[in-house]
Amino acid sequence: MTEIAVLPATAHTPARRPPQRGYWRNVLKRFLRDRIGLVCLMVLLAIALAAIFAPLLAPADPYRTSMIRRLIAPGEKGYLLGTDELGRDMLSRLLYGGRVSLSMGIAPIVLSTMIGGGLGVIAGYFGRHINMMIMRVIDVFYAFPSVLLAVAMAGVLGSGILNSLISLTLVFIPPIARVAESVTTQVRNQDFVEAARATGAGSARIIIEHVLANVTGPILTYASSLVSVSIIISSGLSFLGLGASPPTADWGLMLNTLRQAVYVAPVNAVLPGVMIFLTSVSFNLVSDSLRTAMDVRA
Amino acid sequence: MNMVDARDRGGPRQPLLTVEGLRKYFPLRNALGTVSAHVQAVDDISFTVAKGETLGVVGESGCGKSTTARLLMHLIERDAGSLLLDGDPVGSGGVSVRDLRRQVQMVFQDSYASLNPRHTAVAEIAFGLRVIGHRRAEAEAQARQTLRLVGLDPDQFAGRYPHEMSGGQRQRVNIARGLALNPRLLILDEAVSALDKSVQAQVLNLIEELKQRLNLTYLFISHDLNVVHYVSDRVLVMYLGKIVEIGPVDEIWRNAAHPYTRALFSSRLSMNPADRVVAPPLTGDPPSPVNPPSGCRFRTRCALAEPICAAVEPSLLAAGADAAHAAACHAVQAGSGHSLAGGMTHAA
Amino acid sequence: MPRETTGQARAGRIVEVQDLSVRFVTRDADISVVQDVSFTLDAGEVLCLLGESGSGKSVTMRSLLGLLPPTARVGGRVMVSGHEVTRMTERQLESVRGPVAAMVFQEPMTAFDPVFTIGTQIAETIVSHEGISYRVARARVLELLELVQIPSAARRLDAYPHELSGGLRQRAMIALALSCSPALLLADEPTTALDATVQIQILLLLRQLQRDLGMATIFVTHDIGVACEIADRVAIMYAGRFVETGPIDTLISHPAHPYTIGLLSSTVHESSRGRPLAPIQGGPPDLADLPGGCGFAPRCVARTALCDQVRPTLIPFSTTRAAACHHPALETAPA
Repeated sequence: MTEIAVLPATAHTPARRPPQRGYWRNVLKRFLRDRIGLVCLMVLLAIALAAIFAPLLAPADPYRTSMIRRLIAPGEKGYLLGTDELGRDMLSRLLYGGRVSLSMGIAPIVLSTMIGGGLGVIAGYFGRHINMMIMRVIDVFYAFPSVLLAVAMAGVLGSGILNSLISLTLVFIPPIARVAESVTTQVRNQDFVEAARATGAGSARIIIEHVLANVTGPILTYASSLVSVSIIISSGLSFLGLGASPPTADWGLMLNTLRQAVYVAPVNAVLPGVMIFLTSVSFNLVSDSLRTAMDVRA
Repeated sequence: MNMVDARDRGGPRQPLLTVEGLRKYFPLRNALGTVSAHVQAVDDISFTVAKGETLGVVGESGCGKSTTARLLMHLIERDAGSLLLDGDPVGSGGVSVRDLRRQVQMVFQDSYASLNPRHTAVAEIAFGLRVIGHRRAEAEAQARQTLRLVGLDPDQFAGRYPHEMSGGQRQRVNIARGLALNPRLLILDEAVSALDKSVQAQVLNLIEELKQRLNLTYLFISHDLNVVHYVSDRVLVMYLGKIVEIGPVDEIWRNAAHPYTRALFSSRLSMNPADRVVAPPLTGDPPSPVNPPSGCRFRTRCALAEPICAAVEPSLLAAGADAAHAAACHAVQAGSGHSLAGGMTHAA
Repeated sequence: MPRETTGQARAGRIVEVQDLSVRFVTRDADISVVQDVSFTLDAGEVLCLLGESGSGKSVTMRSLLGLLPPTARVGGRVMVSGHEVTRMTERQLESVRGPVAAMVFQEPMTAFDPVFTIGTQIAETIVSHEGISYRVARARVLELLELVQIPSAARRLDAYPHELSGGLRQRAMIALALSCSPALLLADEPTTALDATVQIQILLLLRQLQRDLGMATIFVTHDIGVACEIADRVAIMYAGRFVETGPIDTLISHPAHPYTIGLLSSTVHESSRGRPLAPIQGGPPDLADLPGGCGFAPRCVARTALCDQVRPTLIPFSTTRAAACHHPALETAPA
């Protein structure tokens, strides 16, 4: 544009509108008003911080066994949460176990969100043959029940934390890819994408600047709801002996080794389960609140 | 106003855009994925857009006017036909699609859907400039100027998201985005149709003013005859993927030749409670463009239809005294075989 | 339908609305969308609620049938054919919708269930309201489809909604609304989504049906042209309030409220060509942030200090006309 003059002031009058606020600022504002979501977020933060600072917080070495101090009930003999079947301090083990369990909840989801989300966005944006090729492969994986798939994968790859990380990642790629594909397809058909194409922009640029901004929100909310599933499945793998191996402190594994003691020291045996439950429920509720807060229309 | 555009190649008499035999059929697939039929959205249409004019396009839903706009923008691929931009063919060997899009821009109907909900006004407008290689700061500075051009104070509106603006303000941002690339032709696809009347008038005034100021050419698509009459120099009437009539706006408004154009006019609401419309000029809905009628596509709703109309497709020929006025109707074409048409000599 | 089941409702006052107010209360906001709306409507009369988006015209009409979202808080009194709608439970409202008042929507596709034929759906409405046999009801549906001038009606009985064109669907929708012989017909922009040549057909049909059946009719539209074709009386709405009311002919020829005047001069018509339009300045009102005085003041050409301080009320200035304005253009209006 060579020469641009200002139009007469009559062309508009200033609208009386509240100050400008970004979308995410609005989301945050709405989220902060949601009590349940906020409480659950606190719980998660507390668990995460406890896990991170486990070496500082743990009253004892989580791996030191003691045959004479086995299965002490919580609160007795100076053990806040008692001891396990090998006389190790439960509190310390739960703190350390949070490290493994939380990582096993979050890491596979992060990986599969990147891979599955990317595949889904590509499939959704380009449509037609590319969509067909990607989504049919995804569908094949999706057809297996997720637990069975994880068990099968871990079985093939062998036990160990790394292998269960890989199998969990593979398990969560299909559902995330499907969600990403469907939201991308919706966004892709909107006029503003067509308008962006009309400026002559290439596909990569349109995906990065126009599509991603509109699909990351829904994809992330969905992915966050899968964290709890991931924690449960990884605990399940450990429980089955396919994940973390003894003596690693891991909630699933602890649940497994303590199960024989369930009649002798029921509280001790249930504690790892309570942690798994608390964490996964909190993740779910936070993810719910996030979804509500992100819904512009409500 | 009459500044010389460096991009002008053929002079004022060469049309800015020449469309020849443009065609687009959309395949309809059945459950098995095989093509069972075609939507004949745009079927062999030819017209020109002169430099500096506003060509109005009217017609009802399904007549192909929006498809035409998208074909001109290369947002969908044409099945057949050619486009000439200032004399140069668009496509292989001539003007590239990228260059076409710098010279032809489009404003969409839905002001909300056509803006990215996560982009501010200035980011949305600057996007196109960045695509053609401007740095972000430079592009945004220019985008702010363009906002001013469409009557929005950049200090107030640059940082606003679509949901923080009214429909009229959003449509101004859409127009600004179209103008940012400094196009020669702006396609306005029902650009004011969804706006409230009071705001529509503001935007129409803006569109008129911008045209003068920036030496623009408009292709103005609308279903609202009064609005088309207000802004256009020439009018093109479409029905089921075909052009049925084209000509200077005053000529068409005074001497509409095609029965469909006349029916459109008499369908207008009177705006006078003492002089209400008494009988509908047409019965029924427009037929589906999937299997349009043979011959003249309007014949199924036409009061003048005769066997010739079913047998032979009428071509777009001069109608009336004005040489620029043409209609595709056997009843007004001498020698067509229609009982209302004259003898064998072609009317001037 | 030349039947007279609700014949006693055919005469006299059908609608009486007093100080209607509607607020939408959500977690983020409490917004007044309709305020201080009062009007009456007699049998056989057509009232047009005319306004732009956000004027509250549609909400006003929907509150006559209790068709508002759960976030709505309704105040004032709405009487329809002797029923006090504002006090009714959802269950009671259901018995009113149909025989007392029925509604025609802008998009008929949403009013019909896509998996049943239109014949079945209309017949079932009749059966549920009148308790007659399905067979008799079906015969009545055929009459109805003929009444709304659907060509080869017998064949269309078994058509699914998606098999009909836009115009036919809207006719079927009207047949559905008429199926229980309502005393009051509510129409929410019923022709806005239609093509010009179809719109005029539907308008003429509605006008004829309204006359033949003597229904009271409320028509919501943003289009002055539509109001000119169908209305007896008009209420112009702005920012949730009636700003001007009166018979359509004098209101169009001698508008008194600056908003009405502005709306008329903004509307592009046949003789607009060649001169710049005189639009109303500014944008639509923000209902969450209305000025204290007159809601239209920020855009008004006749604005004075009084307009910013005192909200004008709807005051009659002739036997049939009223305007809510401190400075109405009365010199041009007939006494």
